[in-house]
Formats: sequence, C-alpha cells, structure tokens
Amino acid sequence: MHRFANPARFLRIAALIQPWSVAVAVLALGAGLWFSLFASPADYQQGETVRIMYIHVPSAWMGMFCYTAMAVFSAMALIWKHPLADLLARATAPVGAAFTFVCLVTGALWGKPMWGTWWVWDARLTSMLLLLFLYLGYMALADAFDDPERGQKAAAILALVGVVNVPIIKWSVDWWNTLHQPASVVKMGGPAIDAAMMVPLILMAVGFKAYWVVVLILRARAEIAGAKLRTLRMAQIHAAGQLEQPRAEQGGS
Amino acid sequence: MTEFFAMGGYGAFVWPSYVLAAVVMIAVLAASIRAVRAREAELEAVQKLRPGRQRRRDANPEPEQT
Amino acid sequence: MTRKQRRLYFVVLGLLAVGAAAALVLTALKEDIVFFFSPTEIVEAKVPTEGRRIRLGGLVETGSVVKEGASVRFTVTDGAHAVPVIYAGILPDLFREGQGVVTEGRMDKGTFQAAEVLAKHDENYMPKEVADSLKKSGQWQGDGGKTPEAAK
Repeated sequence: MHRFANPARFLRIAALIQPWSVAVAVLALGAGLWFSLFASPADYQQGETVRIMYIHVPSAWMGMFCYTAMAVFSAMALIWKHPLADLLARATAPVGAAFTFVCLVTGALWGKPMWGTWWVWDARLTSMLLLLFLYLGYMALADAFDDPERGQKAAAILALVGVVNVPIIKWSVDWWNTLHQPASVVKMGGPAIDAAMMVPLILMAVGFKAYWVVVLILRARAEIAGAKLRTLRMAQIHAAGQLEQPRAEQGGS
Repeated sequence: MTEFFAMGGYGAFVWPSYVLAAVVMIAVLAASIRAVRAREAELEAVQKLRPGRQRRRDANPEPEQT
Repeated sequence: MTRKQRRLYFVVLGLLAVGAAAALVLTALKEDIVFFFSPTEIVEAKVPTEGRRIRLGGLVETGSVVKEGASVRFTVTDGAHAVPVIYAGILPDLFREGQGVVTEGRMDKGTFQAAEVLAKHDENYMPKEVADSLKKSGQWQGDGGKTPEAAK
C-alpha cells in the first residue's frame, strides 16, 4: 500500500491508466446511450419511462460507491497519515455529490409520472438526500479551516461517521416499507430485470465508473500540484526571511 | 422521429434526465481539467524561478543551512 | 507502529460505536420510519386510525375499481385483509388493478377517505412480450405472487 503513497509514483501510474480510462468511459457511455435510448425495449408496466432508470440507477450506485471510497481513503489518511489518501478522498467528493444530485433529480422526474409525486419522505429517498448533505458537509469542512491539515482531519472523521448511511440506503427498502420498490439488480435469487434492459444498465454503470477514474486522476493531479506549490511558496518565504535575518544577527554578534 | 422524441408521451420526463446527467458530468469534468491546467502551469512557472534562487544561495554559502 | 495501531483501533472502535448508535436509533424509530400501514394492521387495529391522517398501502384488488362520477372506489388488499377506499382526484399512470398503491387519508366508518393516491411498482422490469409469454406459459410471478385478472 505504501508503494502508492509516493506522489511521483502515483503520477506515473496515473499517466499510464488515464488514456485507458478515457477510452473505456467514451466507449461504454457511447454504447450505453445507444442501448438506453434506441436498442432496448419499453417496460411492460412503465413504458418508455424505464429509460430514466439507465441514468438514475447507475447514478445512485456511484453516489454510494464514491462515498464508500471516500470513507476508505479517509480511514487510510487518519490511520496511516498517507498524504495521497487525503487527496484522493477530497478528489472523489465532488464526483459523488454530482452523481447523488443527478440520482435525486432523475428520481423525481421518474416518480412524477409513475408514482404520481415528485418526492415523498420515505426511508430510501430520505437516506439518499442525507447522502447529498454528507457530501456537501464533507466538502465544506475540508475547506473550512485555514490550516488545510485540520480541515482535512475533521472532514475525514465526518466521512467515516457518515458511512453508516450507505448500508442504510441499500437496505432501507427491505427494512422498512417504502414507496420506492425493493432492489432489482443486487438481490437474492438474481436480478429481476430482463437481460435486454440489463445491457444498457451495466454499460452506463461501467461508463460512470470509468468517468470517475478520469476525473479522480485529474483532480488528484491538481491537488498534488497545489500541494507542491504550497511547499515551494513556504520555502520561498522561509528563504526570504533567512536572507534578511542572518545579516541582522551577524551585525549583532 | 417525432415518436422517438415523444417517448410514449413521457418525453418531458425522460429527456431532462439525460440532459441533466450530461450537463453535470461535463461541468465536473471541465472544472477538473481547468483546475489541473491552472495549477500545473502555475507550478511550472514557480519552478522555473527556483533554480535561479538556488544558484544564488549556492554562490553565497555564508547564510546557515536550513 | 504502535501509534498507527492505536489510530487503527480508534477508527475501528469509532465506526463500531457509530454503527451501534445508528442501529439503536433506527430500531427505536422503526414505527416512525414505516411509510405506510398494511390493511391487516388497520383492520386488526394495530395502529390508531380514528381521526388520524395515515397512509395505507397494498395491492389494488383485481376487479374492485369502480368509477362513481368524479370519484373512484377500490379495495386495497394485502392478501389477508382488505380496506375499501374512496378517492376523488387524478390517479397516477401506474395505478392498475393488481398493482401496488399507497394512499394517504383518514379512516371513516370502515372506509378509507383518500386525499392522495400514489402508485407503488414492484422490482420487476421486462419488455411487454416477455411479460406476455411468461403469463402464457404460467410462469408469471409478478404482482405479489398472485396472478392478476388482467394477466389471465
């Protein structure tokens, strides 16, 4: 694990991975869109609105996946003090927040015609809204302190505390009765989705994951450059101070 | 074609979903690319200045080491 | 090494504590997190219904939907018990006999006066042709395990 804690090594590996993740993202999202909109059937009950699922469900998965990744990175940062772990957690947060937001809005757009309402306060919808607030809280906290290390530590603790919400989201539809239907894909006894609808769903999910890798690497690069800049500036201020001070000391002695 | 855009009468719900996802994903990607370009350019500019500083320090070994 | 281990234990213990706290809170709130009550809970008076605005959820009993001018009557069932519902308003597109429904309103002399009707769909997604062939071959398992009239 420590092998990847070196930013220079991370940047080398990232440069190798990046073209592949871009290719996978473009291909999977392209094919996914084709299948979602053209080459998949309408649902026997929900008609064409089932196409919202190909955005809504992979977005929900990303919201939970990114949060889990953020919590794991935060734990690594707290326990082993990896500078890279902190940085990856911070780079993941906006992606997770964006997908959670997309999930909530597309859910409303799907709920209105099918359920007859944009929003209800059932366990699934409420816990998903809480996830969005956890992301926003994390991002605000990470930037709230003048000392970036302190902000990062507080945010990492929030990420870890909030991770209990992820299993609650997943099983909310089983533990309580909700307006939202139970799980269709990850469930006992195999998925309850026809294979023709599974294809666009999986393609979009793969595309979203690859997109996350692309953005994660970009944001990590920006964070690494930012950290280097901070160290350089500190060294400069230090050096500038030292150029003047020794003279004064020499004059004194 | 019109039938395709109508989405069985649910076009007003299906299309905004896809447009929103596209807009959000492109916005996050664009912001990330902008951040990388800005930071890495800045870093390069600062690093270009540094060798000069170091040489100056080397030329004058008088101040104590850090 | 020991400091790292101490931090590891601290994080693990913290997670366990937060998880336990969440589990306790959710168990305590179980009744309040429930989004709707079943016909059985209402008929057997497991929940106070008189004068309270509550939600009733179940399947729309097949053949029970009757239009009466501007309002519609139907029965919500969970297999064991059924509650008659009366509602005046727009029904969601997914409102069908044999499909799930959640209604909000009040009990009034054995009839549920619904102010709002929401459709609840199941977790099965398939094209119409597949549904038809499943129904034809008798392998239909949707709609709460019962074959709805519409499918026969």
